[in-house]
Parts: sequence; structure tokens; C-alpha cells
Amino acid sequence: MIAELGLAVLWMAAALAVLQLVAGILALRPEGRQVAGLVRPVAVMQGVLVAGALVALITLFLTTDLSVKLVAENSHSMKPFIFKLAGTWGNHEGSMLLWVAIMAVAGGFVALVEKRLPENTLIATLAGQAFVSLGFYAFLLLASNPFQRLPEPAPEGAGLNPLLQDIGLAFHPPTLYVGYVGLSIAFSFAVGALVTRDVGPAFARAMRPWVLGAWIFLTLGITAGSYWAYYTLGWGGWWFWDPVENASLMPWLAATALLHSCSVLASRNALKAWTVMLGVIAFSMSMVGTFLVRSGILTSVHAFAVDPERGSFILALLAIYIGGALTLFALRASTVTEGARFSFVSREAALVFNNVMLCGILGIVLVGTLYPLLTEAMGVKVSVGPPYFNPVSAVFAIPMMLVMGVGPLLRWRQDSFEGKGAGRITLPVGVCALLSAAVLLGVELLAPQIKLLPALGLAIAAGLAPASFLPLRGRNLRRTPLATWGMVFGHFGIAVALFGMASESAFSTERLAAMRPGDVQQVGPYAVKLEGIGPVAGPNWTALEGTVSASYAGAAPSILRPQARTFSNPPGNRTESALKTRWNGQLYAVLGEEGDDGRWQMRFWWKPFVPMIWYGGALIALGGLLALLGRVAADVRRLVATGKIAYRRERQGR
Amino acid sequence: MTRMLPMKRLLIAFCALLLSPALAAQDSMPPAPYAYRQLDNPEQEAKAQALMETLRCLKCQSQSIADSDAPMAGDMRHQVRTRIAAGEDPESIRQWLIERYGDYVSYTPQVKPITWPLFAAPFAFLALAALLLRGRFRKKDQS
Repeated sequence: MIAELGLAVLWMAAALAVLQLVAGILALRPEGRQVAGLVRPVAVMQGVLVAGALVALITLFLTTDLSVKLVAENSHSMKPFIFKLAGTWGNHEGSMLLWVAIMAVAGGFVALVEKRLPENTLIATLAGQAFVSLGFYAFLLLASNPFQRLPEPAPEGAGLNPLLQDIGLAFHPPTLYVGYVGLSIAFSFAVGALVTRDVGPAFARAMRPWVLGAWIFLTLGITAGSYWAYYTLGWGGWWFWDPVENASLMPWLAATALLHSCSVLASRNALKAWTVMLGVIAFSMSMVGTFLVRSGILTSVHAFAVDPERGSFILALLAIYIGGALTLFALRASTVTEGARFSFVSREAALVFNNVMLCGILGIVLVGTLYPLLTEAMGVKVSVGPPYFNPVSAVFAIPMMLVMGVGPLLRWRQDSFEGKGAGRITLPVGVCALLSAAVLLGVELLAPQIKLLPALGLAIAAGLAPASFLPLRGRNLRRTPLATWGMVFGHFGIAVALFGMASESAFSTERLAAMRPGDVQQVGPYAVKLEGIGPVAGPNWTALEGTVSASYAGAAPSILRPQARTFSNPPGNRTESALKTRWNGQLYAVLGEEGDDGRWQMRFWWKPFVPMIWYGGALIALGGLLALLGRVAADVRRLVATGKIAYRRERQGR
Repeated sequence: MTRMLPMKRLLIAFCALLLSPALAAQDSMPPAPYAYRQLDNPEQEAKAQALMETLRCLKCQSQSIADSDAPMAGDMRHQVRTRIAAGEDPESIRQWLIERYGDYVSYTPQVKPITWPLFAAPFAFLALAALLLRGRFRKKDQS
């Protein structure tokens, strides 16, 4: 019953999306004015209905209704509650339903609260949003129905991949999806603004919170995903340039660029066409990411060709939306003026430079991810991995981070590094640059074995960290706007994360050893002793657990318990690494297999300052959150003030 | 990414046996000696590690042989370490593996006609960026 209800509600929501699109298009013509009032309520109702469909699917998963195909294939009655819940979106159909649900709810929210935009632009935006949703409704209802029943209820479910039975991963997909969908709203705003030829600061202000929100979630999603890979895969790697990772990184890069150009448009009325273009690119990257992950093309181009229905469907959606938006852009770009001018040395120029560099990195990641698929289609299998991505993206990232230290100090429109008053920039920036140079020199002299990229990373992080606080110099800290604090924290977070990455790559020590209980090994500053091995059991797994006592430079030992877990439904293994975090790094311990001679394969790493990578990510997200709060608070204040003025006018009888 | 089931592992060991006569001697059920053991010479181990990080584990999804529990990755680690210990040059080991398994095994793309667009890409993007930035500011100078 619940499954049928869910499906019915989903069809109704799809029908409302059609209505929203048609009414939106009609309302933009002079003769269709009457239906304009329809668009907002329909958008809200559509959001409510899809949310209902999602709740229905969640209920099916929580009650493990095995007559539903999706549940039987992906869940199991013995799974812990949280993974039953996460199982809802841990599969293809469920994740697509989650996608449309978030999208429709967000669309409904826009319809409910957005008051700044001219009504026409908003209606065009909602129509655009409905148009995008429709593709996904079609995809869900025609090619991947999540509510399909089995002819006979299954006796038991197939379970969830053990690797995915992790609390980190339970919330990783929804986080990323919120990010992707936030960008779909930005895309709809861009389309709306193009349709009504109304690209200006009001449009940028309306779009900015959505971009910021999406960006925060993407940042968190990528950070959490990276940490999850780090501690579950059991080899201490935290970023693999895996196509799935790249799929989440590309929208983030585009969103970062969009965020910055949005600020320029909002405060300076410049970079109009560029901002709209980035809005289109950002959502395109979300779609490309979904396509890569959901079509099965990644396992093999041939796997895609075997079951091409879903992949072709997403590919067609990609072509329609991106192609359509680009065509619209090409038609309307000439009517969108470039906006206000600025000189070569100005904050706008620094932002443009960084935007272009971000797009450069984006291009590299895109080419590096798609190129192997292309050659495979031509019959040649090649791999593109870290040895390509790291140095080539650094070509763009390094100049970008250098400009990042100076950009926020520059004045809008026009500035100068010469003459009176230039000391306010050149002095502190010079100090930071000297710091960087000193660190680079020190690394090269004292530790010449460290490779070039980590050395550069350490040096840039050392200069960028203090430089990111320079915008606060000479300001009254209590009156500094939240958005400025957000920028400071965001930039500082980049420096912190960069330091963690460089340090991990430059200073990690690895120790692989076959150990008997009682054996001691040295890894970096730690002496690790294998105390014993014993069995333990969890709700749906059994494991061997090693007890390792680790003492840092002779201090009292602490106990680590790495596990090798065995899952039964479905069968599979997973290593559960044990971590000991100190302020200056992390000890990473993994229990491997037992050898013939009764010794255990143990793996240890000492990774100095590696947690900085994720602290940095969290700081970046915090920066985004502060900026979002600052912007929203300012908007609310403005709304309240407008309301008061209107009220007074009314009372005075004007 | 995941450890293999015993059946699958047998199969892989069997395939490896057929594929590589050189490996046959070590390729029995327990992992080869240097799969989970570092070289005693830290300089050689660092060299081996650097090379292993750039070789793809052919049985996993997007992992290097330095990050994988798959038996085949273990065997390849053993190969890399013994060859490095014998004084072989990392790049010649890479070439040896490429001959054996194809370009797919190397995460460092080889410069060949089929990959030249990969290497042209950064230059193309840089040129495009320069064009965009220059156009942007030259227009301004005229106005």
C-alpha cells in the first residue's frame, strides 16, 4: 500500500511540475498574466508531494518491506536502524528519488520566500526549475521506479555492501546531493535571468545564498568522503583522483568560482555574462558527476554499453539541459552587457584571475577524468592518476593561491602597488611572502629529499595562513561584517588543508611488519606493541581485533584496536583501521591477515599533521556558513526595514 | 577496494599463473614475501613506494598497488620491491609492467599519440586563460 501510495504521489508531483512549467511559460507572455499566480503555490505543492514520496520509500526501508524490489535488493532485516535509513539512498533508484525530493523541496522554498527578484524573473526561474525536475521525474518513473513490487516477496534482503555500512557514508550522499541540487537552483536563477534579460545585482543577491549553501554542503561532503576513504580503505590514502571523487570535486571548483563572481556582480554590477556562464557550468558539472557515478560508465565503457538505458537517459538529460542552457546563453549573451569596468590592479581583477585559474583546474580534472573513457571507447585502455593530476593542477593552483593572499586587500575598481598608501598592502604581503620564501629555503636546505610539490605546498601554506587574516587589519573586529569573517576563515582553511596535504606527503612514515603478540616496532616517534588478537562481534558482523599499545616518544602507552571485520549479509570483509590523533599528527594502525608462521601482518603509519586536511575542510565550510549567515541576516534586516517603511507610509496615509 | 572471496582469489592466482611465468615461482596461496614487507634499505624502499603509488591495481577500482589488499596487488608489490632491490631502475620496471599488462597499469600517462591531448590540455587551458584575461583588460584600456 505504501509503495503504491509513494508511486502515485510521485506521478502527481511530476504532473504538477508540468503545470509549473506550462504556467510559468504562459505567465511570461502578456496574455497569460492570469496564470502567474499559479506558479508559486504549484511549486510549493510539488515539493510537499515529492517529500511525501521520499518518506514513503524511507518507511519501506525502515520496515524492510521485502515485497518491494528495491528493498529486497539493497536492505536486510538484520541491519542496524541507521543503515536501513541510509540504505534508502545507498542505491540507484533511491538516490535519484532523494535528488528530485531535495530539488523540489528547494524549489518550493524559493517559491515561498524569494521576494527580492522581479516577479517575472522568479516565474522564469521556477519554470526552469520545473523543466530540470521533469527530466529527473521522467528518469525515475520511466527508467528507475523505486517502488516496483516483486511478483513474490523475497524471503530475505540482499543487504548493503559492507564498505557502505559506515556512519560516515550514511550521510555522505545526501550531503553531496544537497550541494548538487543547490547548484540546480543557481542554474535555474541563471536561466530565469537570461530569459527575462535581467542579470544584475538583485539576481546575484538572490542566487548567492543558494550557491553558498550548495558550496558549504559540497565542501562538507568532499571532506567527509575523503576522511571516510582514509579510514576505511586501510592504506592511509586520503585522495585518489578516483573518477567518483573527481565527480564531486568538479562541481565544487565551479561553485567556488561562481561564489566569487557572484560577489563581484552583487556588489559591483560587473562580470554579468561570466557569472551566468559559471551558473550554467556549475550545474553542468553536477550533472556530469551524476552521469559518471550513476551510469556505470566508470567500471567500464562496455558495462555502460551492456545496460545503456539509464546511462543514455542521463546523457540525454545532460544534452538537453546543458545544450539548452548554452544555446540560451549564446542567444542572449550579447544582450547581457559586461557591466562595470575595472582596472588591472583591483579586487575584481584578482577575483577574475582566480576564477580563470579555478576553471583551469576544473578543465584539467574534467579532461583527466573523461579522457580514459574516450580512449577506452577507441579500444585503448590508459590510466590517468595522481602523477598527472597533482602537478598539472598545481600549475593553476599555485598562482591562484599566491593571488589569494593579495586579492582581498585590494580596493574595488582600481588600486595601485605604488605611491602613497600602497604600503598598507605591500608591507604585510611582503612579510608573508618572505615567510613563504624562508620555509621553502629551509625545506630545500634541511630536507632535500622532500619532493617539489610538497615543499611548495608547505611554503605557500606558511605564507597564506597569516595572509588570510590581513583583511582584518585595521578593522574594528566587532563591526567587521560576518561575510568578511567568513572569507577570512575560508581562506585560512585553504592554507590549513594545504599544510596538512603537504605535510602528509612530505613527512609520513610507513611500517609494514609481521608481528607475534609481544613484538614491538618503531614507527616515526611511536613504539607500537602488539598485545594480542581476539574475536569480537557486532550487530551484523564478526571481527578479529588486535590490541596494540602505542607509546609516543616514551610516554605512557595508549591502546588502539584495529579490526578485520567479516560481514555475512552480503558476505564481505572490511578492515577497520584504528587511529590515534595527537595535535601534531595521527598514528594509523591496520590489522592484516595471519601468515603461515602464526605472525600477523600489521601496517602502521605515522602521518604528521594529517588531520589538518579535514580541519581545513571544516574551516572552509565554517567560513561559508558565516558568510551565509551574514548575507541572510542582512537580507532579513532589509526586508524588515522595507516592511516598516511601507507600514509607516500606510499609516501616514500616503 | 574490497577483499576478494576465496573463490575469486583462486581464480586470480590462477590467471596470474598463466599470464606471467616469471611470477609462477612465488605465486602460491600465501602472499609473496615482499607484498607486506618493506625493503631494509630505506632509500630503495622509498623508491619502490614512489613507483608503487603510480601503478594501478588491475583488480580494484581506482586504487594503486600501494593501497590495495587484492592478492594481485600484493604480487605486484613483491615484483617491484625485488626488482628495486636488485638495482633495477623504477622506469624500466614500469616499462616491463606496461609490456606485460598494457598502458592501463601505469597511472602516469605515457607520452604516445593517443595521450597527447592530455598533455596539450594544460597548455590549451593556459592559452585560453591568457586570451580571456588579456581580452578583458585590453578592452578596458581602450575605453
